Amino acid sequence: MKKYTILGNNDTRSGFGEGLIEAGRKNSNVVALCADLTESVKMTAFKKEFPERFFQTGIAEANMIGLAAGMALSGKIPFASSFAAFATGRVYDQIRQAVAYSNTNVKICASHAGLTLGEDGATHQILEDLGLMRMMPNMIVINPCDFNQTKQATLAIAEYEGPVYLRFGRPKVPIFISEDTPFEIGKAIMLNEGKDVTIIATGHLVWEAIVAGEMLAEQGIDAEIINIHTIKPLDNEAILKSVAKTGCVVSCEEHQYNGGLNDAVAQLLARNNPKPMEFIGVDDSFGESGTPDELMVKYGLKADNIVEAVKKAISRK
Amino acid sequence: MATVSELQNIASQVRRDIVRMVNGCASGHPGGSLGCTDLMTALYFDVLDIKPENFTFEGKGEDMFFLSNGHISPVWYSVLSRRGFFPISELATFRKLGTRLQGHPTPHSHLPGVRVASGSLGQGLSVGVGAAQAKKLNGCNHLVYTLHGDGELQEGQIWEAAMYASSNKVDNIISIVDYNKVQIDGTTDQICSLGDLAAKFLAFGWDVMEMNGNDMEEVLRGLAKAKTMTNKGKPVVILMHTLMGYGVDFMQGTNKWHGQAPSNDQTKEALSQLKETLGDY
Repeated sequence: MKKYTILGNNDTRSGFGEGLIEAGRKNSNVVALCADLTESVKMTAFKKEFPERFFQTGIAEANMIGLAAGMALSGKIPFASSFAAFATGRVYDQIRQAVAYSNTNVKICASHAGLTLGEDGATHQILEDLGLMRMMPNMIVINPCDFNQTKQATLAIAEYEGPVYLRFGRPKVPIFISEDTPFEIGKAIMLNEGKDVTIIATGHLVWEAIVAGEMLAEQGIDAEIINIHTIKPLDNEAILKSVAKTGCVVSCEEHQYNGGLNDAVAQLLARNNPKPMEFIGVDDSFGESGTPDELMVKYGLKADNIVEAVKKAISRK
Repeated sequence: MATVSELQNIASQVRRDIVRMVNGCASGHPGGSLGCTDLMTALYFDVLDIKPENFTFEGKGEDMFFLSNGHISPVWYSVLSRRGFFPISELATFRKLGTRLQGHPTPHSHLPGVRVASGSLGQGLSVGVGAAQAKKLNGCNHLVYTLHGDGELQEGQIWEAAMYASSNKVDNIISIVDYNKVQIDGTTDQICSLGDLAAKFLAFGWDVMEMNGNDMEEVLRGLAKAKTMTNKGKPVVILMHTLMGYGVDFMQGTNKWHGQAPSNDQTKEALSQLKETLGDY
């Protein structure tokens, strides 16, 4: 197992904030929209440096999406941000009509996704957003795994022309992707080559997958670990190649079983190379209040859950 | 500058197009289309500073128009084609498989003149306000125009956008409400009253004016006046009083023809009331 060092701890939303300000410096067409959550979604620095390019909409997410679409038509590159619950489900129809169907160059940047939002509870902990966005034609869906990757993703989507959903989170989590790791939309990152099982992970679950890989190595199981940051378009080639070698797969995400990465991988395998597959995710349930770590334990999203799932997948080979 | 009688002639032909289009596919929305024909003709043939032969999404150095109540696509398509955005003959494809003239307008089918999809109601004001703010950022001093149904104002997003526009002094937008007081299920008063609409917009910080939308001279005067009200720190709304179905006597002033296509006999009857001025498609 390749050794991964923790380079630091930070929240992925701060990676977004840093990426946004850098994108703003590079391109004067980059604008930011926010619905009364400026500091929470880490837009404060952008607002300070580019006040004329920052738009505070108030608590009105539907209007924010429409405004972003209108600005995109006039050549701007709008980054519209809120909590994931309010940036997706609440404004699904606005995104569908004014962004995806109209193919406007809007970047929907969603913070506080998943259980790791913590204490606010289920109203705010959306676990359906990846599925909602992935179903939408024209939409790119990205869920980076740490501070560095989120920053890279933010810079990359500023260069990409078209609708993007970028998902990130609230808690401070380990930084382990080096700044010089190349980031390409739609391109998986091979974290560890192995032969016994393929572990596919996105977002906060990538670090858990690495920890699981270390635990498995101690038990003599050689796991291949793939970081999928872009859920749509999925890097089919990387996944199929790996599963052809290992013969089984465990897919991990901080999301419902339904709709997200797990579904995407299952569909790919079902159509091309069906193999035993286990899921790490939330099984058709809402979240609840608690600390992020308590919730990850309760809902089975930790490294030891991945280890267990790997053993089950291998036993089904 | 077109004369009033020239514009009236165009409007008559546009109304013929509308009736023939919805009859041709046995579906679509003639009522609101007919009611907004005078406005749309005035906008596209007199008021808007646009380049039909060289349509761009960015609309730099041009006025921009957004149709928020996308179901009145027949009037928009007719006016766009007659103004030279695409061939008039294409009107015959309205709502038919493979057409660029989708039931509700969309840039997805690459129809020149359409910048954003509409149909799901209540979204066009936000888009127009965003475009207007981007115009300011771009140093472009042209205007954004939006058109809305009155029933559409029951959508909450309209009022989010209305509050935002005045709060941010978006004063380079003229929004027009097709105030025909009729929606699918009945009159707006019966369904969910809009109350004192002028007072509502005033309270939301807009400059408000009213006009009769089915009198070409008044439409031209009204639009000219609205233009003088722009760039004064407030967004501008025109409450445009119209009759749904205006121009065809049996379609006028009722919700029955909101989304109902006329039969062949009814089409014949309707066309007998509308002079063919520019040649049917």
